Amino acid sequence: MIFDRLRGPSPAVIACVLAGALSLSACATMPDSPDAADGSDSKPETAALATGLDPASSLNPFPSTYQPLPRQNSAIVGATVFTAAGTKIENGVVVVTDGRIAAVGDASTPVPGGHTVIDGRGRFVTPGIIDVHSHLGVYPSPGVQGMSDGNEATSPNTAQVWAEHSIWPQDPGFNTARAGGITTLHILPGSANLFGGRGVTLRNIPSITMQGMKMPDAPYGLKMACGENPSRVYGGRNQSPATGMGNVAGYRAAFIAARDYKARWDKWREDGEGSPPTRNLQNETLAGVLDGSILIQNHCYRADEMAVMIDIANEFGYKIRTFHHAIEAYKLAPTLAREGICAAMWTGWWGFKMEGLDGIEENAALVDAQQGSCAVIHSDDAELTQRLNQEAAAGLAAGRRLGLNTREEDAIDWITINAARAIGIEDQTGSIEPGKRADIVIWSANPFSVYARADQVFVDGSLSYDRTNPAYQPTTDFELGQPGFGRMPTVAANTGAR
Amino acid sequence: MRRLIITAALAAFAVAAPAVAQDTVAITGGRVLTGTSIIENGTVVMRGGRIVSVGAGGAPAGARIVDATGKTVSPGFVAVDSGLGVSEVSSVGGSDDQGNSANTISASFDVSYGLDPWSFTLPVARQGGITRAIVVPSHPGGSGGHNHADDSDFAGVGAAGLQSPGLFAGQASIIHLGQGTDILVKPRVAMVAPFGEAGAGVAGGARGATFTLFKESLAEVRLYARNKAAYDRAGLRDLSLSRADLEALIPVAEGRMPLIVTVDRAADILQVLRLGQEEGVRLILDGAAEGWLVADQIAAANVPVLLNPVMNLPGSFESRAARMENAAGLDAAGVIIAIKGNSGSIHRAKETRYNAGNAVSHGLSYASAIAAITTNPARIFGMAGDFGALAPGAAGDVVIWSGDPLEPLSIATAVFVNGVEQSMETRQTLLARRYMTGGTQASGMPVAYGN
Repeated sequence: MIFDRLRGPSPAVIACVLAGALSLSACATMPDSPDAADGSDSKPETAALATGLDPASSLNPFPSTYQPLPRQNSAIVGATVFTAAGTKIENGVVVVTDGRIAAVGDASTPVPGGHTVIDGRGRFVTPGIIDVHSHLGVYPSPGVQGMSDGNEATSPNTAQVWAEHSIWPQDPGFNTARAGGITTLHILPGSANLFGGRGVTLRNIPSITMQGMKMPDAPYGLKMACGENPSRVYGGRNQSPATGMGNVAGYRAAFIAARDYKARWDKWREDGEGSPPTRNLQNETLAGVLDGSILIQNHCYRADEMAVMIDIANEFGYKIRTFHHAIEAYKLAPTLAREGICAAMWTGWWGFKMEGLDGIEENAALVDAQQGSCAVIHSDDAELTQRLNQEAAAGLAAGRRLGLNTREEDAIDWITINAARAIGIEDQTGSIEPGKRADIVIWSANPFSVYARADQVFVDGSLSYDRTNPAYQPTTDFELGQPGFGRMPTVAANTGAR
Repeated sequence: MRRLIITAALAAFAVAAPAVAQDTVAITGGRVLTGTSIIENGTVVMRGGRIVSVGAGGAPAGARIVDATGKTVSPGFVAVDSGLGVSEVSSVGGSDDQGNSANTISASFDVSYGLDPWSFTLPVARQGGITRAIVVPSHPGGSGGHNHADDSDFAGVGAAGLQSPGLFAGQASIIHLGQGTDILVKPRVAMVAPFGEAGAGVAGGARGATFTLFKESLAEVRLYARNKAAYDRAGLRDLSLSRADLEALIPVAEGRMPLIVTVDRAADILQVLRLGQEEGVRLILDGAAEGWLVADQIAAANVPVLLNPVMNLPGSFESRAARMENAAGLDAAGVIIAIKGNSGSIHRAKETRYNAGNAVSHGLSYASAIAAITTNPARIFGMAGDFGALAPGAAGDVVIWSGDPLEPLSIATAVFVNGVEQSMETRQTLLARRYMTGGTQASGMPVAYGN
């Protein structure tokens, strides 16, 4: 049974949905406050709202239909294992049972009967790579007119839109990302707006529908954007925001409206007097931020702007989960660690605009050096997402050049467990620890090497990609019958990956 | 405390002070990638800014010895299709001299006059082992990888919207990345023209128009070249190109200046190869995402290719056959390839070496990958033997690496340009050092007082 996490503005109900089944089980009703703990008879009767008008009864209107691919129990034996739980195990054993990590340890770890043994000797194992900043599906390939669905750039506040409604599952980029080890993606709207809309977390398996990829137990994100983009887009239209101060006024106005909206719903639920508030999707998402069920994913380059965003969060009583494109996170690293805010960064990108000017390769290593920090490497790019391991390697090398002694077994966290924490799924995936989803990559070589290729990629213990077996190399509908379809370049012998 | 820091900084500066080019420098003990071969425990000797010997022998007497034991020594890498030195912050128009939009200065646009030897992009690229660059006018469809303006790109904005004023974007220069006041090696080494979708956009919307426009333009150039005197006394029919553009295109029409043609679709590549033959134009293909489909034809035409090997997505309808193995496929067919950096090879020129590494993991031989960022660019731009190789007579562009230069875990520990050791300090390393202690100083003073 899979419990869907609350996504609505008021934590009144936990919707419990049977995995894979359309029927609802008997659902437990959770009290929304200690005062109401005695149950519904302590509250006045309120007339039921018409279908779709009560946010609490519409917490999950586009439910996940994700099903793991067919799978078998297996054990990867003999590989070097980066657990993303602080250890690197030589000649390790990873046991996968019913799609979950059953055991991980050294060569003495027993392999239960009925488990297929996968020879990992000479190879490396990591958790499935997680990209917390992806626009696959919403800005798909081909990037042509008719397919550019990532920015509802029509108003500075479009908190009412959901990235999942723009996702084209036939984007070939999902397959190339998987071949680079990506098993989980957080798909966000773009950054033209102060509030771009909800982001959604996907399991990276081929599917005809978005719902078939949607991670069942993952919280939504709300994309917010600081800085140059919103002020450029709207200032260019002679409307607010045209400046950084206009941006901040816009955030605050939106959260004032959301606080008011939430208070009205809370009061109506409490006393049932008068007419119920009219449901408003924009405020509903913001109210979800206020009650903690929706996580703030905040595009914010500059350290000074991050500090202002933290103050706004304090003013309205919510938490920022992650700063994205956190070019200057290294300038505010102690604060971010203290506040428990993740910083999602690139290694190599800088200088493409003023707020990107101070990007340094050492960023992730410097953020990581703080106690309690959460350094993440992200892509924002359909090409880079295929090589997050290399982006992490370059960041690791830069940190060492500066004199930091970051270990590989810690740097792997930047694209696995820290990334999971950045999008609120760290209890489910991101590390190779018993009980977690068996999202695993077997690499041909050390993943910090440019020559390493993902040999096999498992999602929930199911083989979803195999570099040498065409049966596990899916193609999208779009790719069928296109120029060069089914063919690969003829290359010289005795070359290629190690 | 503060005095201690200053002393340490001065000491660091003294160590980093560049040697003068007149010294004889011998780099010894390293694994030497010459650009065409590998010498274990080799010695590279430089004098007067040039390499004088490369081999297994010892260092000459009196030479300054640079011990590279346990390290790898390579030629400096060449960034092709680059904006180094002509673009500081991509979005800041006043700092960008790579693109021009006057339609009377298209082919005649010459990037060399806008070069800034003090650009803060140069030390960053050098840190990635880049010692030379082919600086090209910005042009749609070019620049390798893709231009990143983060996710604010929405329909109509971003690199895809870039359009040159005419079919010709202007003329490229070769620069070196050494510290000093003059980085120009050679101006006007190639003309740039976008074809494919971008060229169609310039010509009116359809590919057929691009070819007509191109032929018409060259016809005008030839007419002008034969009748300059008549032109000067207004005795020639009206021409659509400006005099400056006509003049700039004469070496192209005469086959003396190569034409860098940005083209990705296999069908377009074949058309461009035919056009080159018909018009007697020397071609360099740029992009060639679908090049592998027509690799034999490109090889037969003896046309080199500048490409980004990590472009493997059908980003547009002209790159639907894009593959990671494109570089390997073209190389196997005998095509001379040069591997590009990312995002226009300016701020991310340093990633050229990773692109070469990824080409290796997708079928390209290691030797070919090294050649594609060293000797091949020199060959393609008519500078074979002058730079790009560790060989006697070549420029003293040498990089010492902590390990395999194609690996992201390896770092450059020393970079020589024209025989002169370069500072490894960049604006970025200064920032990193300033904030190494978490944005505070023990003195209680803001970090702004720190350096």
